[in-house]
Amino acid sequence: MIAVRNAILVFLVLLLCLGANKAFALSPDEMLTNPILEKRARIISTQVRCMVCQNESIDDSNADLARDLRVLVRERLVAGDTDRQVLEFLVARYGEFVLLKPRLQLSTILLWGFPIGALVAGAIAIALSIRRRSTASIESAPLTASEKQQLKKHTGTI
Amino acid sequence: MIVELGHFALILALALSLVQSVLPIVGARRDDDRMMAVGVPAAFTVLALVAISFAALTSANVLSDFSVQNVFENSHSQKPLLYKFTGVWGNHEGSMLLWVLILSFFTALVAFFGNNLPPSLKANVLGVQAWIGTAFLTFIVATSNPFARLNPAPIEGRDLNPILQDIGLAIHPPLLYLGYVGFSVCFSFAVAALIDGRIDAAWARWVRPWTLVAWVFLTAGIAMGSYWAYYELGWGGWWFWDPVENASFMPWLAGTALLHSALVMEKRSALKIWTVLLAILTFSLSLLGTFLVRSGVLTSVHTFATDPGRGLFILAILVIFIGGSLALFAWRAQSLAPGGLFQPISREGALVLNNLFLTTATATVLIGTLYPLLLEFLIGEKISVGAPFFNLTFGPLMIPLLAAVPFGPLMAWKRGDLLAVAQRLMTAFFIALLVVATVLYQTSATSVLAAFGIGLAVWLMLGALTDIALKSGVGKAPLGLAARRLAGLPRSVFGTAFAHFGLGITLLGIVATTTFATESVLVMKPGESIRAGGYTVRFDEMKPSKGPNFTEEQGQFTILSDEGQSVTSLMAAKRFFPVRNMQTTEAGICTFAFSQLYVALGDAAADGGIVVRIWWKPLVTLIWLGTIFMMAGGCLSLLDRRLRIGAPARRRVAPLQPANAGPSQ
Repeated sequence: MIAVRNAILVFLVLLLCLGANKAFALSPDEMLTNPILEKRARIISTQVRCMVCQNESIDDSNADLARDLRVLVRERLVAGDTDRQVLEFLVARYGEFVLLKPRLQLSTILLWGFPIGALVAGAIAIALSIRRRSTASIESAPLTASEKQQLKKHTGTI
Repeated sequence: MIVELGHFALILALALSLVQSVLPIVGARRDDDRMMAVGVPAAFTVLALVAISFAALTSANVLSDFSVQNVFENSHSQKPLLYKFTGVWGNHEGSMLLWVLILSFFTALVAFFGNNLPPSLKANVLGVQAWIGTAFLTFIVATSNPFARLNPAPIEGRDLNPILQDIGLAIHPPLLYLGYVGFSVCFSFAVAALIDGRIDAAWARWVRPWTLVAWVFLTAGIAMGSYWAYYELGWGGWWFWDPVENASFMPWLAGTALLHSALVMEKRSALKIWTVLLAILTFSLSLLGTFLVRSGVLTSVHTFATDPGRGLFILAILVIFIGGSLALFAWRAQSLAPGGLFQPISREGALVLNNLFLTTATATVLIGTLYPLLLEFLIGEKISVGAPFFNLTFGPLMIPLLAAVPFGPLMAWKRGDLLAVAQRLMTAFFIALLVVATVLYQTSATSVLAAFGIGLAVWLMLGALTDIALKSGVGKAPLGLAARRLAGLPRSVFGTAFAHFGLGITLLGIVATTTFATESVLVMKPGESIRAGGYTVRFDEMKPSKGPNFTEEQGQFTILSDEGQSVTSLMAAKRFFPVRNMQTTEAGICTFAFSQLYVALGDAAADGGIVVRIWWKPLVTLIWLGTIFMMAGGCLSLLDRRLRIGAPARRRVAPLQPANAGPSQ
């Protein structure tokens, strides 16, 4: 039952994104006449997710919802919002999911801290292993019985 | 009947894979030659059976046998013949069958070329390959049978997703799978070494070429996929940090690291344990990629076939193989003897640095891809992690790595001299600096980052050339001697230089396109024109046209030079596929040297015009040209003498041996 529901959902989402009522990503009638505002709108658009699509920003998406969001972003900019205020407005309305660049908060500390953490941890591990290595001696693995036999066959001695 | 034969062959292949999973490995434990010998004929027969099965599915597709559910759902009698072939793997069941076909192909290759391997190692490797094969054959037979029949048989099929009806699809998945699955051989060698509890010279000599083969194919697959997305999706983007792209990019990054650490292991027998771990991780990421794409756990632009029930099955395979191999590693790794010692400042040290950054980058892409899933699963919070995150984290990780690349090949093994290497790279450094200054001056310092990006690209390219020049003595030695030395250089030296040079080319393309591309979105009526990248684009007319299974509206454009002369014409189209009731955009692309003019059509406007999006993408083709250089580098390394011969050279080395790297030698 759930599978069927999910399948229908996926189908609907696909239809919204790729379907017959395909609009065009950004069309001229949405664009602002003020080039500075329009440029800001474009930059904001690349950071906002089209909620019904799969990993597409509203700048790329063809979906109707993305168009509504693009228009909304421009309305806020014309009303005098800063870029930050526009994004906050969208988050208040649609939740954190709308941001393609998650904000730094308790639940995303691991995400943002991970790259630098991994790099530092890796560097420390390498430093430790170099230190350990320089004190350790090297031993080669002993030959197995069959190898000894082979060696004997070839050389006559061990 | 043919379809049932295919199904039967698949089940036989599963049964035989089970035999191959057990007997050779038991034989290796008991030192029983006859049991170990089962592996080779079993590998060949499994390949033959899977090939029969694949051929049966292909024939059902080509003959449009709609009584087969898979064909009914993904084909149409009017579909062009080429797409009837490529449509075989344009769906879940077929693509899994291709996956297993390629896996059994690689297993058969190991069986065929493995005569100089120690028998127990060979038996273990074939056994482990069969474990993977058994898992995926069971998956197909149990949950994704491509041969299921329909009764009554429908008259006509539902057609293939139009986005997939493209020559790009014909090539992209097989290349990608050749890469993904090619790493299974490295994985099997690693697990076999852990089972045996030892690694010898044969192991290292064997793993590197397999890594190279898989890496070359994966590079080709990713580059192909990127170009396909670029021209087919009609947004003019070439990389979206989509989870599905990341799924193929992670094994590539890890595979690149493996390529470099395997080099250390082969030449200096150091980093053994790390190389084994990396081989396991690389294939684990390939499996993860298969899981992400095939299970439908992500809903992303690439996922066309989804079914959660299958997802759990692949997840189980994933957990068993990754968990099992890592547990085996934790248990047995200590029994592997550590190898040669080296100073931190040395070729080995440089390659360790390379591995540190590449694995960190892999881990970063991994966490960015999985974090939203984990967060939703654990605390139910929904967030998105998209391109801005990856650009902010992956980018800075790449800068120090790329800056360090030219140093690596110039360092001596064991103990290097950083100052001496820096001196040798002085010319390259100053030219790169000059380029940065020029770009800053030309753009009035508006794009500082771009200037440094281009400088870094030039630094990479010149660094690769410097390596070749120094090793052959071009510029120092007399011309004839230098030429002879150049010809006598090992091919792997050229391989390294080619690959690093290609990296520079790709970077140049990325920086130039990202920074200097121009875009115009406007409504155009016939006769109107607009300037783009030094040319004038004139919209001539719209005209309808008809393809085999679609209708299209073609927009005709003429490209004019500054003098008003017609340079060439360009056609962009919108296609409508009636069976699926779907529309696709076919971008019109014109290449000028390395740059491209990219035109995509939008909706018709109310006043009789049409929305047109025109991009000028400077140096964009360099992105893919660079990957061709990288692949060529990989192939050159594969042709290196030591891999062709596969044993230490018997013949005395000619006295023309290069004045090899490193001042301390």
